[in-house]
Amino acid sequence: MNSYLNKTRPPVYCPGCTHEKITKGLDKAILKLNLPADKTVIVTDIGCSGLFDTFFNVHALHGIHGRALTYASGLKLANPELNVIVTMGDGGLGIGGAHVLASCRKNLDLTLIILNNFNFGMTGGQYSATTPTDAMVGSGFLNHAEIPLDICAIAQSAGATYIDRCSGHDESLPGKIAAAIEHKGFSIIETLGMCTGRYTKKNQLTPKLLDQMITDLPARDGIIEKNQRPEYGERYRALAKEKNTFPEAVTIEKQIDLKDYQQQEVVILGSAGMRIVTAGDIVCYAGLCAGMNVSMKNDYNITVLRGQSVSEILISPEKIGYPGIESPSVVLALSDEGVQRRKKIFATLKPDTFVLKERTVTIPETNANVVEIDFRKFKIKKQDWALASLGVMAKKEKAINKKMLKYALKSRFTEKVYLIAMETIEKMT
Amino acid sequence: MALSFMEGNEALARGAIAAGCNFFAGYPITPATTIFNSMLNMLPPKGGICIQGEDEIASMGYCIGASMAGKKVLTATSGPGISLYSEQLSFAIGSEIPLVIADVQRLGPSTGSATRGADSDIQFLRWGSTSGVPVIVLAPKDALDCYVLAVHAFNYAEEFRCPVFIASNKEIGMTRESFDLDSVTLPPIVERNLFSGDSYLPFEAEPDAAPPFLPIGGKTLVRQTSSTHGPDGYITIDPEVIAENQARLREKIHSARKRITLFEEDIKENSDTLIISYGVTARAVEDAGKTLESKGKPVSTLTLKTLWPVPEELLIEKAKPFKRILVIEMNLGQYVNEIKRVLCDKKVTFYGQMNGVLITPAKIMEVIENE
Repeated sequence: MNSYLNKTRPPVYCPGCTHEKITKGLDKAILKLNLPADKTVIVTDIGCSGLFDTFFNVHALHGIHGRALTYASGLKLANPELNVIVTMGDGGLGIGGAHVLASCRKNLDLTLIILNNFNFGMTGGQYSATTPTDAMVGSGFLNHAEIPLDICAIAQSAGATYIDRCSGHDESLPGKIAAAIEHKGFSIIETLGMCTGRYTKKNQLTPKLLDQMITDLPARDGIIEKNQRPEYGERYRALAKEKNTFPEAVTIEKQIDLKDYQQQEVVILGSAGMRIVTAGDIVCYAGLCAGMNVSMKNDYNITVLRGQSVSEILISPEKIGYPGIESPSVVLALSDEGVQRRKKIFATLKPDTFVLKERTVTIPETNANVVEIDFRKFKIKKQDWALASLGVMAKKEKAINKKMLKYALKSRFTEKVYLIAMETIEKMT
Repeated sequence: MALSFMEGNEALARGAIAAGCNFFAGYPITPATTIFNSMLNMLPPKGGICIQGEDEIASMGYCIGASMAGKKVLTATSGPGISLYSEQLSFAIGSEIPLVIADVQRLGPSTGSATRGADSDIQFLRWGSTSGVPVIVLAPKDALDCYVLAVHAFNYAEEFRCPVFIASNKEIGMTRESFDLDSVTLPPIVERNLFSGDSYLPFEAEPDAAPPFLPIGGKTLVRQTSSTHGPDGYITIDPEVIAENQARLREKIHSARKRITLFEEDIKENSDTLIISYGVTARAVEDAGKTLESKGKPVSTLTLKTLWPVPEELLIEKAKPFKRILVIEMNLGQYVNEIKRVLCDKKVTFYGQMNGVLITPAKIMEVIENE
């Protein structure tokens, strides 16, 4: 083979456009490396650089502006054998900046060719993230109030392992692209070019001036020594390989026969840090040990370690429909902020509802059967009040009994934690 | 008997694994994050890949790339993430890229409430892309549904080469509940239809079907493009080719509508009212139905599990004997308009609630009895 270019779809660029040089340069680079066409994919986005995928006889994915690196990453992760080459203009660079940064940080083995021609060619030469401040472009005066970015400098600080920059007219371009493709890791090669359809109409730019720009910019020559590290895909696979235990579902055997068990609704009102969700879990396990259906809804703020923590549990011999609480049989009032969150329920509680109230907690008026407990007297720390309350529930046979609780704790915890939990439970029973 | 105990999000992840999902990319967002957590625990031991994208747009891009390499992919988010997915979704819809998207809905609009449930996105999922090409949206009512519908979602995504949404809800995704995992019968797994002929055109297909697939990276060169394309995957401006493709994108879903209609029903003789609902709300509706039956005032219930495409034939058939149709939604009326459109000769009334809490069975009974 002497070319990967698609003879039936030749480049269609404006006369003098640098993109045509880069098309040929990329072809020579792929030839030089003798990449198998079926193991090579060109990923592009929108704009003139987005036509690249149509010129080559390799796999192709053409997607949305600025997002080419995201598809490229998915392809490479899914098929590490692929040679993934991404072309992107200065437009895609601006839109997809987050993806460029992430690719630099990840170091997945992709090659990004940036075709920087200092403006949006297709839409009329508007300014991009790389347009010089004093250039005359299609966005009126707007670019005069901004500065262009140097993607190579940004890429270096973002951890790119390979950065090169040259004029699109540079004779060494094929070799430079080939070297970038050969680099194992994320490589960026920024090419500077002329948009003869738009940009050079009002701004003087020639191959010679492009060379001058390259000279004036900090030199870039490939490998960034200080950023060298393993390629992301290999690192990912090595780390993932260590995770070899599939987490099976929590499944609880029925171990206790309960007669005449009626549906129970348990509400635990506490605060973050009081292990309310764990206590709710244990109540559910207790129901499951008795072959009951259970459901648990938790209510806590997205901030952690602050605010209310409320757990609402249903235990039922029937399949559970509506998963909310309608008529609680047990309410554990363990903190004021928890009580505040559900203060309306207290007026609705029936006389046979069992309310356990920690001594310092204030609850609204209620007809329920309220029992006050001073956990401090039992030398129980605040983070164990919910667990201790389960001991009280079990002792009084409210929703759960001692046998259920014991099985639940055994199923939920390791032997060591189980014994510690039982110490707390036994103080209450 | 032994019951399993898990939240809806974990059940959805387990369903995905059962369906053969081997790639996940997502970005954390309450209340969908635990799907990501579950996939991160489950995929590596199975040899699958789980990635956290730099944002939602990237996560969808990773999924698109991986799907085009032949992976069965899942992503998970909530309303604000669906907003960000939108441009990539349009790509996946128009360019026939199989994906499953779990939307664990929360109360919107916008940032809304991270930890409050609502069926906020029912119309958004259908219309949140350019061009109006149909999508498939499934709605679970509990953890068991999350598990089973995840498998259906993958099957549909593979067969129709399109994004399939699972419209979950915070009140399902983050509610832990028991169900008998071992006794569940899952649908048989559908794999992508791989091309086996001689000369491959990536978008050549029957007029009512998705094109056969070949992966990027296989022996045959494959083209994928977000732009308007002909069967060869190159840009086209030929009106006939464009029209044929647009019609096919629509027809492949519409012609399969009856086959992909999933639902539950509880039809009571001697009832004149049919209550139609979906999602977590259906559970309260079903409870209300039981209570009313015990009071000697039976009502019938229809729980939709396929929301899009609208199961028009099912609605017409099921509604036929009833005088009164009542639609209940955990929003201020998104799907009811589809039902009114289909059942245009019926009296369709509506109750909706959008305040971050579940609609109770008591409220539903009040609505039924006071009308």
